[in-house]
Formats: sequence, structure tokens, C-alpha cells
Amino acid sequence: MKEQSTPRAQVADAAPKTFADIILRWETILVVLLVVVVIGNTLISPYFLDIYNLSDATFNFSEKAIIALGMTLLILVRDIDLSIAAIIALASLFMGLAADAGGTAPMLVATGLAVGGICGAFNGLLVARVGLPSIVVTIGTMSLFRGLAQVILGDQAITRYPAGFKALGDGYAIKWPPVPYSFALFLVLAVIFAAVLHKTAFGRKLYAIGNNPVAAYFSGIQVNRIRFWLFVLTGLLSGIAAVFLTARIGSTRPNIALGWELEVITAVILGGVSISGGSGTIPGVVLAVFIIGLATFGLSLINVPGIVISVLLGILLIVSIAMPIVVRRLLAKSST
Amino acid sequence: MQDHAKSFPPQGGKPVLSLSGISKSFPGVRALHDVSLELHAGKVTALVGENGAGKSTIVKILTGIYTPDAGEITIGDTPHKFASPRESWRAGIAAIHQETVMFDELTVAENIFMGHMPQTATGLVDWKSMRKGADELLKRIEADFSPDAKLKQLSVAQKHMVEITRALSHEASVIIMDEPTAALSRNEIDDLFRIIAGLKAEGRAIVFISHKFDEIFRVADSFVCLRDGEMVGSGNITDITEARLVRLMVGRPIDQVFPKRNIPIGEVVLKVDELSNATEFADISFELRRGEIMGFYGLVGAGRSEAMQSLFGIGNPTKGNITLNGTPLKIKSPGDAIAAGISYVPEDRQEQGAILPLGVRENVTLASLASHVRGMFLSRSSEVAAVRKLGNRLDVRAANWEQRLAELSGGNQQKVVIAKWLATRPKVIILDEPTKGIDVGSKAAVHDFIGELAEEGLAVILISSELPEIMGLADRVIVMQEGRIADVFDRNSWSAEQIVSAATGARKVA
Amino acid sequence: MNILLKNRELALAIIISIMLIGISIYAPAFASTENAASVLNDTSILCMLALAQMVVIITRGIDLSVASNLALSGMLSASLAQNFPDLPVITYIAVAMITGLLLGLINGSLISFLGIPPIVVTLGTLAIFRGMIVVYGGGNQVNASEMGDVFQSFPKLTIFGFSTIFWIMIVVAIAVWIFLSLTRTGRGLYAVGGNPLAARYCGISLQRQQLLVYALSGTISGLCGYLWVSRYGVAYSEIASGFELTVIAACVIGGISIAGGVGTVPGALLGALFLGIIVNALPVMQITPFWQMAISGAVILAAVVVNARVEKRGVKLILPEARQRAGAAR
Repeated sequence: MKEQSTPRAQVADAAPKTFADIILRWETILVVLLVVVVIGNTLISPYFLDIYNLSDATFNFSEKAIIALGMTLLILVRDIDLSIAAIIALASLFMGLAADAGGTAPMLVATGLAVGGICGAFNGLLVARVGLPSIVVTIGTMSLFRGLAQVILGDQAITRYPAGFKALGDGYAIKWPPVPYSFALFLVLAVIFAAVLHKTAFGRKLYAIGNNPVAAYFSGIQVNRIRFWLFVLTGLLSGIAAVFLTARIGSTRPNIALGWELEVITAVILGGVSISGGSGTIPGVVLAVFIIGLATFGLSLINVPGIVISVLLGILLIVSIAMPIVVRRLLAKSST
Repeated sequence: MQDHAKSFPPQGGKPVLSLSGISKSFPGVRALHDVSLELHAGKVTALVGENGAGKSTIVKILTGIYTPDAGEITIGDTPHKFASPRESWRAGIAAIHQETVMFDELTVAENIFMGHMPQTATGLVDWKSMRKGADELLKRIEADFSPDAKLKQLSVAQKHMVEITRALSHEASVIIMDEPTAALSRNEIDDLFRIIAGLKAEGRAIVFISHKFDEIFRVADSFVCLRDGEMVGSGNITDITEARLVRLMVGRPIDQVFPKRNIPIGEVVLKVDELSNATEFADISFELRRGEIMGFYGLVGAGRSEAMQSLFGIGNPTKGNITLNGTPLKIKSPGDAIAAGISYVPEDRQEQGAILPLGVRENVTLASLASHVRGMFLSRSSEVAAVRKLGNRLDVRAANWEQRLAELSGGNQQKVVIAKWLATRPKVIILDEPTKGIDVGSKAAVHDFIGELAEEGLAVILISSELPEIMGLADRVIVMQEGRIADVFDRNSWSAEQIVSAATGARKVA
Repeated sequence: MNILLKNRELALAIIISIMLIGISIYAPAFASTENAASVLNDTSILCMLALAQMVVIITRGIDLSVASNLALSGMLSASLAQNFPDLPVITYIAVAMITGLLLGLINGSLISFLGIPPIVVTLGTLAIFRGMIVVYGGGNQVNASEMGDVFQSFPKLTIFGFSTIFWIMIVVAIAVWIFLSLTRTGRGLYAVGGNPLAARYCGISLQRQQLLVYALSGTISGLCGYLWVSRYGVAYSEIASGFELTVIAACVIGGISIAGGVGTVPGALLGALFLGIIVNALPVMQITPFWQMAISGAVILAAVVVNARVEKRGVKLILPEARQRAGAAR
């Protein structure tokens, strides 16, 4: 009871890092998983460890990976955006319309980004300003955005894109080692996002909001303004993804990027971001993106159908979330 | 239902329920030590004590939310150990909580019978007899609403009546009322006391918890007084005076507990003029000076927190003027307030103050992050320096500065929250119930620290429901009642009786 | 106006009636009894899935795997019919329902025993269940010609002008209504969703409830799996793909709060019916069916905004005059 009378102890700056702390980190587990995937793929297929093949593989996941960065921040602050794939459809549509009107590559890119940003702002407005739950709002805008694309497009497809624009989709930012534009941008963005989230005041505020939005607001953080801008950001990133995807496949159809929202969210959760907010890291998500991307690529090399790969990814998601819980329970049981 | 009715004798010397030698500790805090008490049929026992004295721990032990570390609960002749709220409820104990926690979307009848709804022979819920049962119970306490009303349509007082009815519905032999009058109007309180009289007549044992002495002396038959988790007195209410009860609660003469520092009072820092909002407070005007500690006293729900939070940019829009050091302020959010130099340490530490999953360092620097930015990034060394300085100054007891706040004791969490606000270098600091629910050691440290702040030239507003705390620390006290300033007293000329009667509005009635 | 704001179901019913009148004036063919029957037959599966989803949402959960469950259960049932075309129809239905139940129990156990958030679990099983169709059938589809008559004819039988699917939906709706309104467990679901802590004090176990609601959701999805496959005469890995979101949309429109504790059988049915009418009315009104998705998106958003307005946040009444005003208004 007399806490006062005990001598004032020197408080250490930080607990000494134990081996267990490092080994039990989520990122460590992901690194192990990634190594397993790489080794497994190498054993399965002789074509896997080929620099050109690997470079090709990045085409398939870089676009989703770019959106995953924004989704990470949203989930971190307890929000979610299910409309990202629909935003891609709408952005792709407007780029198609711009292309039909004779727009140049830079104009198309600007169109894609603008549509993405506007869609994101619409989500953000309804969530942060009007105060509606993000999951319901983005289920609604998911139908609305893709629905609008469908209304305008009907069952047509837009396929006439200028060559300069298409080059964005299949061109390389660096010739050797071959790095596609989309992958290069993802790497740059990942570094920026990691720096912002883990090294700046803004990033700290996101963790505060995710762990306790009320206390964060009481601490002077403009919670709703930040949430709004995170939706805009995720919309913009979806716009970027739309640019790369449209340029890569060279066509716009109403069902473009269908189901991507679930793949992106799966990557974010596998990356260790808690669905209830407040914890997660960019390196974790980047690792998860690589695991999913390379596993998918490796399995497709041996002709495993895409839908079977999605079964494996679904199992991976659940097992990776369930394992730590089971292990913790077993540890707790054995210690008592 | 019938066999429950037999379980409490209408009269007699044998207690319905007794606690003996109950102790309960939490990491860093001893909440209860060797507490024994007896509850008798048809009697109201008042549980008296300051905030943090252990009253709510007793309630939680009785209702099966906590299990005691030591001691015995005996009901009738059988000893009980409650592993869950359910078991306590089955044993005939019902609690009516301060903030009604039931099911807003369901009907009154369902709220009353949730968990033990009557069934028909086919195993379906017997709505007809449930409604009828609810109606009869409601009539018994002369409630004026239908059992079919949804709970969300009712007032706070009516929700209390639903909870009382819920207790009656399974013939609870012990009914605990934890500050049931806090949010009630005068008429509603009269109604409640009428109901309590009825419950007594039916032979139920009632535990009554209140901070209002007039109520205690009006309704209770006996009292049990707690201080710092120990029982310091008990007896018949007729055998004690209000003054003696206050002394029992506080334990020591007030000026010994709180050595008041001699601080020169400076120029006016904060000037508030006619601050009002639509439903919560009106005409709040005062001046606060450098080095001054201004107490805000009033009953729970008198509008103190609401008025002070509006100074910090929280809550509904207000009318009126706020001037800080001569400059008029427009405060729309906590961010504006912090920038202007006003800090607010909220009452609800867990929800509004601390971010429990984050570490000490991250909590301390949260409201002043801009001052730790070097170039584009946060400087870890600058943060560490700040947390070392403030942490040591407030004597925060932690394993290290990265330790999660959730792992610290309530008192140390509160020190961290105060440190967070000091880091913003405020000119005015508002402390809302800063010692609520923290251990004695931390409490003394916080009190000491409040004096230190004033000495350094801060203007301090101290909202507290503990009279000794206010009288020990404050230079002046503003007493609020029903959203308005009822009176202002000066250190040189106040008395506890004056302050309490201003807060309860006793003078207006007389 | 006040009553309409308070009673979401009534408001929705009136909106639907106005919509129906409007459509009928514009396109009288829509108002025929045959068309009404066909709208109801078409919407029955959505109605059942919305009811099941509602039960889950009331407990603050969500089941994203319903459409995948439907597809897998339907596939297994169809494949049984393919191999044994002459079994009594109840066996096909039973296989679909049992499959659905087992899949639902997988969701329920992960959520209830391991405490993994429902959205994470069902996001995973959404992919797994659908993928299992390919793993099981090697990507082949079962066509109408392979299913046999017993399997296919049952949903097309009509009683009083309505198909058996409709009548099954009515039975399911009544059963869910009885469960939610007339059983202790059902009322307990509202308690858990409305106030989990208070529910615990009343002795209601969240874990048991979670297992139950996901099992129920799975079983109904399985039933719908049989009905879907037999009605449309084809089973393959893509059937009802993305339908989970239509189901959730129907719930949102029906006034079921995603925050839990709120939702009624009429609400879920009207929400589903609303979407069903739009789908069926567009071609009659010579609007391209491509409008369907955009309209339902707009309606979902409108529904959330309206519901949010209904659940207005209270202010504290401290000032005596404010209390008096409120007292007078009550």
C-alpha cells in the first residue's frame, strides 16, 4: 500500500530484447514462410528461380500490393474499404472514355488518379463526416461504382488504348535487373509508407486512433480528418492500380479486377494487421504480399488452377491467424 | 419463484447475507482488506466511503464479477463462491447499477426477464405470462409505463425502475443500489424512496450506495463505512451524526492530508463569460488566475465535466466567450485547445485518457508529437528524454518506458496521462476527478503534484466529487447544481456544510 | 412521419408499395399475378439467405461465406444426383443441408472457440469453400441433362401458383421468426448483440450462440445450394459468385444494423424483396439490366443514411428547463 515509501527506482528506457521477442515477432514468422515458399517453388519448378520469370511474376501482384499499402492504414484506424475493385472499374472506364476521346497517356493517367481520388473522397465523406460504418458504406459504394461502370459500358469493352499508355503496363522502369513500372512504384511507395507509418508523427497518430479513437481525439488528433484522407489515399492508390491494370491488359470491361478487395484484405491481414485496428506494420504487409504473389506464381507454374490457389491462400490466412492463438493457449495451459 | 420467497425470513436477528474477512488485491493495489458485513432482511444498509475506498469492489464481489482472494460469503446458512454473475443472480442477489446497462432495443418485459423468461409447455417463450408478470411487477412499484415499451424510449429513472423490477422478478433477497439517484430529479428520487420502503416491507435486504448524506440519513437503517479498502466503522444510522460519518470516511483531519502550499496568486489567465449550451449547463462565468487552484464541486451529473469539456472543444456547441491571457479563443476541437494552452485530464482514464495497448513513451508524447519532430521524422532520443524527465518527475512506476500502459496500475496510468498533458506545456490545466479509482500512494503523489503545478505558475481547475480533496487543495470552489453555478466559496470562509448544501440545492428548498 | 421513422419495416413496405404502383403505371404488364408470382419465386433464395445473414448480424457477426457455401453444397448435391439420379428428392436436399451445416460449423468453431473475428474467418472460408468445388470436381460442371428429373423437377412444382421454392422460403421465414421471437435463445441473440456485457451478466453464453448462428447460416446456405442448382439447372464453381454482398445489401436495406442487436424477419424479407423487384422491374421498364447494380448501391447508401438518422445520439439533460422540455415532449 505504501508505494511512496519504497525507494524511487531507475526506470530503464526499454526492456532488453530477448531471443523469444525476436523469434515470436509476426514478421519473423512471415520471413520463414517466404523462405519456405521460395524453396518450395524452386524444388517444384526449375523455371521459378529465373530473373525474367520472377520479374514477370511481379506484374500479377504489384497492382494489388499498391492498394494493400493504403488498406493497411485504413484497417489500422479500424476502417475498411471494400470498394477498391469497384473504384478500379470506374477509373478504368473513365480512362477508356478519355482514350476514346483521343486522350494522351498523361491525360489518361491523370483521369485514373482523379477518379480514384474522387471515389475515395466520397467514401471518406460518408464515413468520417456523416459518421456511417465503413463496412456498410463501402459495400454500398462497391455496387454503386461498379454499377455506374456497368451502366455506361453495358456489355461492351474498351480496347483502343494509345501505345504510350500501354507501355506503362508492360514496360520496365529498369532494364537490368528487369523491374516493371508497377513493381518499381510499389517498392518506392512501400519505403515511403514504412517511413511515414513508423517514423513520423502522422504514423504515430494512426496507431493512437486505431487503439483508442476517443483518447486520440482527446489528445488533439483530428481523428475524422485523418480518416477522410486515408480513404482519399486508398482511392488514389486504386486509381494508380487501375492505370497499371488497364494498361497491362489493354482493355476495360465491367468485371475488371472483380474480387480484388478480398485478395487485398487477405494480404493485409496475413501481414499481421489486426482487423480490429491498432497494430500492424508495413514490412509485415510487404512480406505477405510477396508470400502470396510468389506462392501464386509458383503454383501457376505447375498449372495449379487459380481457384485452387485461392483455397490454399484461404487456408493460409486462417491457419496463420489461428496458430498464434492456439500456441498461446497451449503455453498458458502448460504454465499453470 | 416460490422457493426463493421462503429463503429470506421476514424478521429476526439472523442476517440474510454476510461477508466475513473479504480481501481482494489487484496488481499494485489492495482494494479490500478483511471486510466483514451483515445484511438483514427488511433493512437498508448504506455503504459509505470516498471514491476508491472499495465500495464498488464489494459490489463486484457480491455480484460475482470478482472473486475474493480471501474470506467467505454466506447466504442464509450456506457459504457461497460466485464463479460468475449468473451464480450470484441465482443466489438471489441483484444489482442496480449507476449507469443502467440493459438492452435498449428490447421491451421492458424482456429486459425484466432476460435470462429467465417463462416458457410454455412447448418450450417457447410464454410472451403472455411474461407480459402479465412484468405488468404485475411494474404495478407493484407503481411504474407508469407499459411492459411493451422499448427500453430506449424510457428515461433514466424509468430504466432504474426496470432494473428494480428485474430484481423483483426472481424474488432477489438482496438488492444492491449503486448510486441510484445520481441521474434522477427530485421527484424521481422521492419515487425511488417510496419503492425502497416497499421493498423493505417485503423483507428484502438493501445495500444503498450514495454520496448524498441527506439521502443516506433518510433511507438507511444502518451504515458500513470503508476507507482505503478497510472497514472503519459500522452501526445504526441513528447512532451517528453526519459530521462523525464524514470524519470516519476521511479518516484524518483535512489539512493534515493535504498540506496546502502557499502560492502567490498572479494575474487573470482564463476568463469565461456566460458559457452555455442547450441542455447541459448555462451561465458559467468565472476568472482563473496564475497559480490558482479552482475547485469545481457538485453532485455526479451536475454538469461540471460537460462545462469544462466545452472549454476543451468537446461536446455540443456553446454560446459565451472564453479569453486566455486577454485573447479571445474560438475552440472547436481538443487540437485548438491544446494549441491555445489548455489541457484536460479526463475523468474516464481507460476510455478517454490512456491508450492502454501503447507504451509509456508513446502515451506521454502523444499530445506533443510536433515538438519531437526533427526534419521529417520523430526523434526517438527526444521522446526518450521527455518521458524520462516527466516520468521521473511524476514518479511513474514502470518496468521500462516502453512497457504497455495496460500492464501498469491505475495510479501509474493516471500519472502517465497527466504527464502527457504536461508535455504540451499548458497555461491552464483542467483535472477531472484525477484521483478516481487509484491507490492511496498514487493519490498522494497526484495531490502533491497538483500543488507543484500551481507553484510553477499554471492555472489549475480541479473537478472533484471528494470534498476533502477540493477543500485541501483549492483556493476557491465553484459549486455547480443542475447545470448552473450555485455558489462560489473562498478558502478563508468556507465550510463543508455550506458547500454540500449548495451542491444538493438544500438551500433552495428551505 | 414520426411513426415511419420509428418503424423501419413499415416505411420500407410503403416505399416498396409506391415503387410497385409507379412501375405498374409505367408498365402494366408488371402488375399481373403471373409476374408477381415470378418475382416472388425469383427472390425466394435471396430472402432465405438474408434471413440467415440477419441472424448472424444480430450477434455482431458477419458471414461472407454464404455464397461459396451455397455453391459447394449445391455442387455436392448435384453430383450425388448425377451418380444416383433416382434417389428420393429429400436425400439431395439433406445432403445439401448437411454439407452446409458442416461448413457452417467450421466457421462457427473458428469464431467461437478460437475467437478469430468473423470477418477474417469467413473471408478465408469464402475462398476455401468455393475452391473446394474445383478440388472436388476437377473444374467440371454438372449440367441439367446430367442431374435427373427428380432432382430438377422439385423446385419447379407449383402449389397455388407459387413454386416450392417460395413455399420453402415461407416455412424458413416462419421458422426463423419463431426462433427469434419465441425462444429464449432467439431473444438472447438480441441481448448479446445489443449489449454483450449485460448479456453475460444475464448468464447468456456468446460462444454457444456463435456456434449456433453460423451453423444455422450454413444450413440455410446449403438448402439454398440445392434450390439454386436445381432451379437454374447447372452446378459449377462460379455459381452465385459475389452473391454474399447482395445478401448483406438486402439486410442493410431491411434496417438490420451492422452494429448488432437490431433486425426483424419482415425487415430482412422486405430488404430482399426490394432488390428482387428492382431486378425484375428493369427489363419490364425497358431499362437495361446494367442499371441494377448501381441502383442497389445507391439504395444501400440511402438505407444506411436513413437508419443512422433514426438512431440519433442522445444529449444529456442536466438543466432543469431542458428536462422539462423533454418531459413535455415525451
